Amino acid sequence: MNAPLKDRQAALQGMGESRLRKEDARFIQGKGNYVDDIKMPGMLFMDIVRAPVAHARIKKINKEAALAIPGVHAVLTADDLKPLKLHWMPTLAGDVQAVLADEKVHFQMQEVAIVIADDRYIAADAVEAVVVEYDELPAVIDPFKALEQDAPILREDLAGKTEGAHGKRYHHNHIFTWDSGDKEKADAAFSAAQVTVEQKMFYQRVHPCPLETCGCVASFDPIRGELTTYITSQAPHVVRTVVSMLSGIPESKVRIISPDIGGGFGNKVGIYPGYVCAIVASIVLGRPVKWIEDRIENLSSTAFARDYHMTGELAATNEGKITGLRVNVIADHGAFDSCADPTKFPAGMFHIVSGSYDIPAAYCRVDGVYTNKAPGGVAYRCSFRVTEAVYLIERMVDVLAQKLNIDKAEIRRKNFIRKEQFPYTSAFGFEYDSGDYHTALDKVLNAVDYKGLRKEQAATRANPNSPTLMGIGLVSFTEVVGAGPSKICDILGVGMFDSCEIRVHPTGSAIARMGTITQGQGHQTTYAQIIATELGLPSEVIQVEEGDTSTAPYGLGTYGSRSTPVAGAAIALASRKIHAKAKKIAAHLLEVSENDLEWEIDRFKLKGDDSKFKTMKDIAWAAYHQPPAGMEPGLEAVHYYDPPNFTYPFGIYLCVVDIDKATGETKVRRFYALDDCGTRINPMIIDGQIHGGLTEGYAVAMGQQLTFDAQGNIQGNTLMDYFLPTAVETPKWETDFTVTPSPHHPLGAKGVAESPHVGSIPTFTSAVVDAFAHLGVTHMNMPHNAYRVWQQLQASGVTS
Amino acid sequence: MSKQIVTMTINGKKVEKAVEPRTLLIHFLREEMVLTGAHIGCETSHCGACTVDVDGKSIKSCTHLAVQCDGSEVLTVEGLADKGVLHAVQEAFYQEHGLQCGFCTPGMLVRAYRFLQDTPDPTEEQIRMGMAGNLCRCTGYQNIVKAVQSAAKKLKAQTKESVAA
Ligand code: FES
Ligand code: FES
Repeated sequence: MNAPLKDRQAALQGMGESRLRKEDARFIQGKGNYVDDIKMPGMLFMDIVRAPVAHARIKKINKEAALAIPGVHAVLTADDLKPLKLHWMPTLAGDVQAVLADEKVHFQMQEVAIVIADDRYIAADAVEAVVVEYDELPAVIDPFKALEQDAPILREDLAGKTEGAHGKRYHHNHIFTWDSGDKEKADAAFSAAQVTVEQKMFYQRVHPCPLETCGCVASFDPIRGELTTYITSQAPHVVRTVVSMLSGIPESKVRIISPDIGGGFGNKVGIYPGYVCAIVASIVLGRPVKWIEDRIENLSSTAFARDYHMTGELAATNEGKITGLRVNVIADHGAFDSCADPTKFPAGMFHIVSGSYDIPAAYCRVDGVYTNKAPGGVAYRCSFRVTEAVYLIERMVDVLAQKLNIDKAEIRRKNFIRKEQFPYTSAFGFEYDSGDYHTALDKVLNAVDYKGLRKEQAATRANPNSPTLMGIGLVSFTEVVGAGPSKICDILGVGMFDSCEIRVHPTGSAIARMGTITQGQGHQTTYAQIIATELGLPSEVIQVEEGDTSTAPYGLGTYGSRSTPVAGAAIALASRKIHAKAKKIAAHLLEVSENDLEWEIDRFKLKGDDSKFKTMKDIAWAAYHQPPAGMEPGLEAVHYYDPPNFTYPFGIYLCVVDIDKATGETKVRRFYALDDCGTRINPMIIDGQIHGGLTEGYAVAMGQQLTFDAQGNIQGNTLMDYFLPTAVETPKWETDFTVTPSPHHPLGAKGVAESPHVGSIPTFTSAVVDAFAHLGVTHMNMPHNAYRVWQQLQASGVTS
Repeated sequence: MSKQIVTMTINGKKVEKAVEPRTLLIHFLREEMVLTGAHIGCETSHCGACTVDVDGKSIKSCTHLAVQCDGSEVLTVEGLADKGVLHAVQEAFYQEHGLQCGFCTPGMLVRAYRFLQDTPDPTEEQIRMGMAGNLCRCTGYQNIVKAVQSAAKKLKAQTKESVAA
């Protein structure tokens, strides 16, 4: 009975083990259940008529030809939704968005009408047959032009409104001004500075582009008055609340199910017109309605990210000690402000922009602007604008280093928040929980032989016959994730807590239900590992369920690296409630006092006596069979976790590139990523998440951009043009780690999946710019594709 | 629209169905045959999520008509396992953590299956090139490459065994 401790430990497959994934069995056999796999009896298909122009008045919509096609059930426009008051919907950012274009079109590919038909082929025919007449208006694509005095009014529905959801609007195309920090103090630091640097940079518009597009199957049962919707949503509970508020159906009769999701990366947080239309269509027709976006629709209309025009400034001493930071951003939000941020933060967590550095005075300001582009502004694999913030500060530190002729590693070391300064309150008011940046930096520099690399670079530069330029990129980022404490973080008033319900069954297996939803992160595997360690039950017998609002406790979903920091804590604390009850039962069974018991892996035992014990399995049986007198039977618990603070994962990334002097092609020779995400739950999964995040970062830095011509035509909205790297371009990744647990998280875990995206993007820019640093170049805007790098080679006189 | 009869063998089973000539193979498989393993990620031949094997070649079934497969042998991810025993590529993707959201996986597996038939002893570079028609947004490919390498080893060992037997 008394197997060796380490065997008992191993049998649990708990925290720290590279447990193979429980979800894989269905995916490798083609038995996943994604939204487009769902079929319901009598199901119809919806397709969307979209605007071919970016800014226009709708003169007339003629449905007749479409309705005449056999198999077409309905064609609906804004006018049809008006009586239901569903032609506009509130956005998560406090704005409104047209569900179907109401008299006016605000961006190319905007939803203008929907058709519902027997199958997707007939629906596509019907889309072609709907005739819409437009009166074109001048389109405004550049946010700076949008703010000019005589710029066309884009949002006529807001005309005359000088107050927006986030305070004063000073111009008809202005959305909000948001700022943070102490302006006066920052200005004073700049007046007194020995050195200052300024750099403008543009973080281009990109798209998360998960391999599965968005879609839903809405099914309204007119007899029961119940609405069930399968939807590709990273936040099903929020969707339920919003749908109930919009439709008037009680929340108890709305069931939202996120099935298997083919990647999210922020694309699947928002609530899109297509979802609302499918739900309306199902209510109107009394039949299930499926809507699946195609790739062009996905890239053109749902959820862009970034589009920040940023200016950074640093004040410093001659020795490179930073004394002040100022940041100014013009944020292009497109036609409607539908950013998916915590409601009170129109620029998300952008004020993490002081990064890993001890900067005494700082101020940042962001102005949101309307243009004739798709709405969005989502957190593409990041925690609400952290990517933009990290990009800015990491670039600025490089710019300063270059100006002062100090090494990139040295200037970072000089300005890092020191280990003993944690918990550290930044000039923007964030309380960084823990960190050890110096140790991490040294580990990376040693691992790659940084000095050797610099020597090699000097030699390459000195050799006029070298066919390549060599660049070394270095970044030391800190993220803020795990939104978040409900005293400051909410979405439409709902606090950003998360939840877990665990039931231990009589025979010692268990089921856990969660308010989050996995999109590839492997929750079914890792959550079970946490419970296994906490409760001493093998993870193999722990079932994890998420995504069905009828069974799962309310939670805010999975994005912003919040699953482990928030839901992971809920799991631990729900487990601990069960643990506490189990201890009482064990004491009862062993007829001793609770104080005489100690916990050991999978059992309570009498202190100092290995022969007297009760395993969790024994206790589970007893909980249903012979609980102590006066105790409720059963062994289950629910915990809603409202985090006291965010968590602050960090990392040091280093990249070496070789740029072909003739073609501008950039080869990533080496990429070394050290991450510190606190306590590590499943190293295999962490590495996988890091590989994936680095690859997405590589895509953003080296090739992704959604561009528009002057008329507002979106260019490159197919996978022909939008860069998704294949296995050939993708670099090989080297990963490493340090462990600095979060002191306020019950497990010490901080969240990891977004760090590699956030941290790698500035690393690539740092490396590419570094290749040109000796030629006086301080910054190059992304994407660093061969053409653009070649232009720099020309401008710098490297090639002619 | 008038329909046309097509006959093909799918995962070893003969089927005969009337389809509209414009029906894409991916829709035929997913909707008529309820083989929902292969997915749609782009409908423009770029992503490879829809990859199936037709007459010994990897085919992107989003840009292939069902009627083009009249008389063909079609293999999808659902046909890879043999009487409940996973194929070496399936086992390897599991062991090496070669998948995350799983959306690209059916296409990847069917492609890896064909690639290893054609290139039983591949270098890493060959694997990267040979799998380049299949996009993955989650894994960064590193573990997919490892999985294909390990499946190659296992398949070679199996061939040796069967030769020896
Ligand atoms: S769906 Fe066929 S290649 Fe993308
Ligand atoms: S595992 Fe998600 S796309 Fe490959």
